Amino acid sequence: MPPPPTPANVRVVTLTIDGQDLSARADETIIEVCRENQIPIPSLCYLDGLSIWGACRLCLVEIAGQGRLFAACATQVAEGMQVLTNTERLRRYRRTIVELLFAERSHICSVCVSNGHCELQHLAQTCGVDHVRVPYRQARYQMDSSHELFRLDHNRCILCTRCVRVCDEIEGAHTWDLMGRGSDCLVITDLAQPWGDSETCTGCGKCVQVCPTGALVKQGTSAGEMVKDQHFLPILARRRQAR
Amino acid sequence: MNRLSVATVVAPASLPPMAGETGSMNKLSVATAWLDGCSGCHMSFLDLDERLVDLVRYLDILYSPLVDAKHLPERVDVGILEGSVSNADDLRQAQAFRDRCRILISLGDCAVNGNVPSMRNPYPLAAVLDRAYRENVTLQPQVPRVGVPALLPRVRPLHEVVAVDVFVPGCPPPADAIFYVLSELIAGRTPDSTQVTRFGA
Repeated sequence: MPPPPTPANVRVVTLTIDGQDLSARADETIIEVCRENQIPIPSLCYLDGLSIWGACRLCLVEIAGQGRLFAACATQVAEGMQVLTNTERLRRYRRTIVELLFAERSHICSVCVSNGHCELQHLAQTCGVDHVRVPYRQARYQMDSSHELFRLDHNRCILCTRCVRVCDEIEGAHTWDLMGRGSDCLVITDLAQPWGDSETCTGCGKCVQVCPTGALVKQGTSAGEMVKDQHFLPILARRRQAR
Repeated sequence: MNRLSVATVVAPASLPPMAGETGSMNKLSVATAWLDGCSGCHMSFLDLDERLVDLVRYLDILYSPLVDAKHLPERVDVGILEGSVSNADDLRQAQAFRDRCRILISLGDCAVNGNVPSMRNPYPLAAVLDRAYRENVTLQPQVPRVGVPALLPRVRPLHEVVAVDVFVPGCPPPADAIFYVLSELIAGRTPDSTQVTRFGA
């Protein structure tokens, strides 16, 4: 299916990213332009096809003339904008963010069903995390294996809310939501009932496929076996837009 | 990281064969041990296979489960520790390695991040011991206390108890990663292991 036609009244702007001269539609975000031009920029909560959340802060970039940092997923491009995506400061922040994610809950990669197919694990490697410099919290989180097809492990959840958004925006079920604050924050099904008892869950599995880690997985998978497929998302998202 | 800047031996990372080498050159002395680990990282070290023959022209393994020596020498160039720090003896060994080794390598996920041993950490130690030695035992349930080191309340990665110079994550780190790290150290460089391995590997 062809993508929807570009609205004729959208301006084209020129900007530089890491010194590279680029042009982009004025309604695009920095991260979209980076992805189109193969400029690597780490992200976890951002996913093409879902609404913008801006929570993981991994895609922070520097913009010339601005004192603060900007989330590339939540910042539209502008004429003459000069963006830096890979400065020493940004690399330091990104590494720290990934380390804090590892320290907050128990991500034990070696025994995870997503080992080798995990976005957090991959980011740790690409951000130079060879160890975590802050103390591990070692808190205990529960698992929910009540669903006949899928399993939820809060220990591996990074609260990116991709599951919440895909369920609401693409599937239209809104089974998932967030409960609690800070390190007590959890993704929940319905009103914090067991997933298997959910009356709204359609069992479509979109939440499992978009989950970047081993928090949402298929039942019956063993270490390293959970390979996710997110190809459906931009296709469905485009069809919804066109309607 | 100053300790890394004064390597005593300089050799190319590729370690080309040198016929007639008699071992007279100044080799890097190496000590290894495993703490609370499964020995898998040492197995991965053995997986270097014939490259071990190349490496021993640059390395002297003085103390290790792989050799016969019973005592850690006073001074060692490179110490390699596998496994997390889970009991009093692990802690003593970690401190001894730090005292006596110029460069200390944290090898594998257990040493680097606690890995599987650390999965007991969300539970109190008494509950862990009860689970292992009382709840699931039918004959003479008792917690062993004689001749075994006392468990620490929390399993900790090596760098939380002593300073570590080089981190090599992985469960286990691939043999190629171990070869890369040792080759870089032999050449007097600081290895960046994220090029060759990762958590979970």
